[in-house]
Amino acid sequence: MDNVFAYLAHAGGKLDDSALELLGAARTLFPGAAPVALAAGSGASLDAACQEAAASFAEVWKFDQEVLAYPNAELLRPLLARVLPPGAIVLLPHSTLGMDLGPGLSVKLGAAYLPDVVDGSAAAGMTLEAVRQEFSGQASAHVTCDLSAGAVVTLRSGAFKADASRSAAGRIVDRSPDAAGLAARRRFVKLVQAEAGDIDITREEVLVSVGRGIGDKENIALVEELAGAMGAALCCSRPIVDAKWLEKPRQVGTSGQTVKPRVYLALGISGSFQHLGGIKGSPFLVAVNKNPKAPIFQAASVGVVADLLELVPALTEAIRKGR
Amino acid sequence: MEILVCVKRVPDAAENEIAVEGGALRGDDLVYSVNEWDNYAVEEAIQIVEREGGSVTVVTVGDGESEEVLRREMAMGANQGLLLSDPAFAGADGLGLATVLAAAVRRGAYDLVLTGAQADDGAAQVGGMLAAILDWPFASLVNSIEAQGGLLRVGREIEGGAQEVSEIDLPCVLSIQTGINEPRYVGLRGIRKVASVELPVLDAAALGVAPAPARVRRIDYFVPPAGAGADMLTGSTAELAGQLVELLKAKGGLK
Ligand SMILES: Cc1cc2nc3c(=O)[nH]c(=O)nc-3n(C[C@H](O)[C@H](O)[C@H](O)COP(=O)(O)OP(=O)(O)OC[C@H]3O[C@@H](n4cnc5c(N)ncnc54)[C@H](O)[C@@H]3O)c2cc1C
Ligand SMILES: Nc1ncnc2c1ncn2[C@@H]1O[C@H](COP(=O)(O)O)[C@@H](O)[C@H]1O
Repeated sequence: MDNVFAYLAHAGGKLDDSALELLGAARTLFPGAAPVALAAGSGASLDAACQEAAASFAEVWKFDQEVLAYPNAELLRPLLARVLPPGAIVLLPHSTLGMDLGPGLSVKLGAAYLPDVVDGSAAAGMTLEAVRQEFSGQASAHVTCDLSAGAVVTLRSGAFKADASRSAAGRIVDRSPDAAGLAARRRFVKLVQAEAGDIDITREEVLVSVGRGIGDKENIALVEELAGAMGAALCCSRPIVDAKWLEKPRQVGTSGQTVKPRVYLALGISGSFQHLGGIKGSPFLVAVNKNPKAPIFQAASVGVVADLLELVPALTEAIRKGR
Repeated sequence: MEILVCVKRVPDAAENEIAVEGGALRGDDLVYSVNEWDNYAVEEAIQIVEREGGSVTVVTVGDGESEEVLRREMAMGANQGLLLSDPAFAGADGLGLATVLAAAVRRGAYDLVLTGAQADDGAAQVGGMLAAILDWPFASLVNSIEAQGGLLRVGREIEGGAQEVSEIDLPCVLSIQTGINEPRYVGLRGIRKVASVELPVLDAAALGVAPAPARVRRIDYFVPPAGAGADMLTGSTAELAGQLVELLKAKGGLK
């Protein structure tokens, strides 16, 4: 494989964590390859990102254009379709940018699309075997991908170890002229930061977190009481916010807050990677779920298979008695 | 605005314990429903049409059983349903599905096509592929839509819950993220009302498509080895509560 490419996400002159994870993935999935890094952006922050990348990648293609200052997938897609050779294998992070860019890119390249890979082994000939998950991680699947016309592969954050082990003293190739004249029918206007709430769960040491297993809006009071008895703050998974049972600033996960508590009590949460992705610092994680096969038990320190509607009031009661 | 919304029938992960047996999902007792994200897409389409005029068509690629999800979305307020069904579509991968859907889009005169951001058993791919096949602009993970003359102002939900706001030309394809609205409730009465509506069915010949063989194939489902996993507590509810209190105390979980 001499045609493996990795798209580097970066901001403020720094590579995203995904960049070196893609290199780690490339070395696992395509051991013989010398992956070429692709970096698009504008000005000094792009230069800094390219410098950083050249420490690990043997070759970095730099695309410097003012319109690329914000990574708009509708510009990046035609750019990559223009510069990549036939049969290219392109690695992207399975981020909101990767999800925006990847599927259409595979169509434009005439390549296969293999999204959200969590594991895999070295490609054999023109076939890559990988592991994906479905149903928010409740089922895993082996999949094969035909590489003969190239492939766009997106990799789940954290699934492959970042690889900064080999210093490359890489070559930065300025390919900015190839990115001239890009125009998109979707134009970036602005970023709106997430609203701040009356509570900042990112600073809390002890969190009680509630998921869809709570069943009903009325039952939220049960977990509020528990959090009160523990002296903990209440947070939740995404469906609770979607249903408007709690406010967005209480949502833990990739599209919510990243928390670093000492203790995290997950009640009726299945354990999707988007939820777990918001829990950092290896807290003491207690999971209560009525399904013994829930993926949350893989991540938890202590697990209880129980109906939370029964267990939570009993726990609240036991804590109050113990005071 | 003429809006087409793509919907999919999936095993309902909130209703089922998804279990794997002999390389497949245990299927005998699975409850199916409309993919969660697709309900938000249909609700959004209905609200746009309520504001701007036009109509909402729901479409699915599937077998005869998939009719029920079209009827459910029509009970919600979609004006038409369209079933794309052919043995040749079975086993299609994301690209195959997008190819079939693109043929249906080309038969109509749609200004806007909505999909869910992802299917529970899918991979967040069909919307972006459909846009690329049609050569229409695309935005994924959309959590707000505002019509402004010949274009839309859309918000995409990105990492950390921030919103990326863009203008996008019509016609376009948008994939819809949960939480963009509150999908309306569908009662039995609503379903009964549309129970006997004729649903057009289009096959490969009528659509003039033949999906290419899948290049990405699922070999099997499996249960990953249990890894480190959690220490599991056992006992009566009172005993469990007692053990948890002790653990929480020890780990600084009680203030
Ligand atoms: C781009 C993107 C971003 C996302 N960002 C986030 C994010 O930031 N945060 C987030 O949380 N999700 C996020 N999601 C959604 C995520 O994929 C999952 O859908 C979500 O995390 C599931 O939430 P849940 O575990 O509460 O619900 P479910 O997956 O429905 O799980 C409910 C659990 O409750 C259990 N249960 C049911 N009843 C009971 C009972 N009586 N007692 C005990 N247990 C019970 C069930 O066994 C099940 O395991 C995102 C998705 C996408 C596509
Ligand atoms: N068989 C199908 N029929 C119609 N629409 C589909 C089908 N499969 C996927 N989609 C649409 O594509 C979205 C994303 O699905 P996926 O790419 O499979 O995760 C879904 O939310 C649907 O809107």
